[in-house]
Amino acid sequence: MAGMTAATLTKAMDPPPGAQKSARRRGRPRFGRAAVLVVFGLYFVVPIAATFLFTVDDPVKGLNLSAYSQIFGVAGLWPALRLSLELAAATIALVYLLLVPAVVAVRLGGPRLRTVVEVVCTLPLVVPAIALTAGFTDVLKWGSDSMVPGQTTFVQQLLIDIQNPAFPVILLLAYTVMALPLAYRTLDAGMRALDVRTLLEAAQNNGAGRARAIVTVILPNLRGALMNTAFLTLALVLGEFTVSSILGFTPFAVWIVNGNAAGQGPVTIAVSIVSLVLTWLLLLVMSAGGSRRSSSTPTHQ
Amino acid sequence: MTDTTPVVAAPTDNAAKSGTTGATVEFRGLRRSFGASTALDGFDLTVRPGELLALLGPSGCGKTTALRMVAGFETPDSGAVLVDDSDITGIPAHRRDAGMVFQSYSLFPHLNARDNVAFGLKMRPAPRPTTAPVRRASRRPIGSAERRKRADELLELVGLPQFGDRYPHQLSGGQQQRIALARALALRPRVLLLDEPLSALDAKVRLTLREEIRRLQQELGITTLFVTHDQEEALSMADRVAVMHAGRLEQCAAPAELYARPTTAFVAEFVGTMNRIPGRVGEDPGTVEVLGRRLPVDGARTAAQQDVEVLVRPENVLLSAKGGTGAIITGSTFLGAVTRLAVQLPDGRTIKADLSTHEAAALPAGSGVTVSLPERPVLVDARA
Repeated sequence: MAGMTAATLTKAMDPPPGAQKSARRRGRPRFGRAAVLVVFGLYFVVPIAATFLFTVDDPVKGLNLSAYSQIFGVAGLWPALRLSLELAAATIALVYLLLVPAVVAVRLGGPRLRTVVEVVCTLPLVVPAIALTAGFTDVLKWGSDSMVPGQTTFVQQLLIDIQNPAFPVILLLAYTVMALPLAYRTLDAGMRALDVRTLLEAAQNNGAGRARAIVTVILPNLRGALMNTAFLTLALVLGEFTVSSILGFTPFAVWIVNGNAAGQGPVTIAVSIVSLVLTWLLLLVMSAGGSRRSSSTPTHQ
Repeated sequence: MTDTTPVVAAPTDNAAKSGTTGATVEFRGLRRSFGASTALDGFDLTVRPGELLALLGPSGCGKTTALRMVAGFETPDSGAVLVDDSDITGIPAHRRDAGMVFQSYSLFPHLNARDNVAFGLKMRPAPRPTTAPVRRASRRPIGSAERRKRADELLELVGLPQFGDRYPHQLSGGQQQRIALARALALRPRVLLLDEPLSALDAKVRLTLREEIRRLQQELGITTLFVTHDQEEALSMADRVAVMHAGRLEQCAAPAELYARPTTAFVAEFVGTMNRIPGRVGEDPGTVEVLGRRLPVDGARTAAQQDVEVLVRPENVLLSAKGGTGAIITGSTFLGAVTRLAVQLPDGRTIKADLSTHEAAALPAGSGVTVSLPERPVLVDARA
């Protein structure tokens, strides 16, 4: 009797063969996931750690944070950063002005045009920055080459004005084109998550005209997509080097490279580390905001 | 088209308090095509003040298009929509006095329930409570405190006073549609438009909400147009049901009349279950010979001496176990108090007959029966 009970108990405690197999199956992916995580973690962490080490490891004084304490006093940082931030703000505004009405109009008025808009907006992805810059250079060169002293035409004057170093509109145009693919994808994804037509009709049924309905109902619900667009555009403008460098302007990214070449290495790299951390923090804040909104569970009645 | 006097409930004091008054809505010769397909093909209908009229029909019959024309979301190719004899066809959607509840959840995701209800009051101030016809001149701006108070009153009206701070994603489907109903009523519209508002809900919630909508509509005495493809919903809620087919009105009548006296074969078959039994119109086109009896023809008559199909409801089919004439019981479906029997006629055709479950117990599958019809007018349709 006792033996039978023990046997029964043993049998009961043994996991069924299928369960063992599934446990093994569950174990393998967990190990695989960890391995992938470690590899990708190293891929990202090692260069950043090495960069940080470069900023704190002085061959003469040893490990210290002097590069970070010098950030506020280093020459040229603030004008370069201000220019980049101004360009970023203007680029974000221009991208909004171009894309938001286009995406809304395509969604409401002409779904068939969506493919056309998508192709146009993603085209810059296949045009390298260097090719884009070559095109800009040719146009600008044409303006200056054809100029006769004292007889500047409107177009020539315009080509001069858009190269104003205080605020180079040419960079704004270039950045806007470069930001289009990412911005379009983000806005389109945000728009697809909404039943735009029903929301718009509901707003109109409640007394809002079409334009007012878009401003009061559609745009607030695109807030996440609009913020992501702004964030990606800001990141793009802060990090863009090729176009601005070749066209001879000194925004943030160009200043970092030039400063490094001029022997201000640890300080300029410290600046980029700080900007990286700030960007991460911004991303974290946005993710936290998004997850807090979706964490509430619905009730049922 | 048969038109009966509706049983319209008298608006209660709530109607006067809330300022809502029923309006007459008239569809006059509406036509609307989308490319090659015709949604409305000369649609005429008059909705009486304070009644709940259900627009019933299969998908693509034009019922939603007609409703959207009252809301201002569709423009007819020709014809007109009139509210209290005023042509509103050219008035933009945001200036119309019609509250609408949509099929899909349409609450604004970025606003909580209270702000959703108050949205219209912010966009377009509501008229002062009055029993007189609403005029735009009587509208006045209202402050945020009053908006909030009014929104809370409406939330209470739909039974969700405690849900004002919840966002749409925190509400169930039924709760969202109730909030949408409160929002539609916030501007005290003269017409309430319901575009299949229950179709996305589960059966239990649908039943509760159906009763609640009806109660509110009767309390407020507001003219209501209710689009549905669910005949049970239409027959149980509406004062009158307008059956649509291919962009036209087939019949508009009170539910009982629609069921008992359909004027066309389409209505007869769309509303409820209908048998088709072969018959022949006699020399007198006013009578038809069916199952060995000569019965008067109801509604549109066909040519004399013609083979037709007689349309008979299952509950009007009489079965007798005596003197079987070749008809056989082939199956039964228990429906509670009633059992539906499948009967194979001598020509091989199967019809349905509803008997009380007690009577049906005496007729098991395989037993021979005599099928007959009561002495009353029948509807006939050309044989396919």
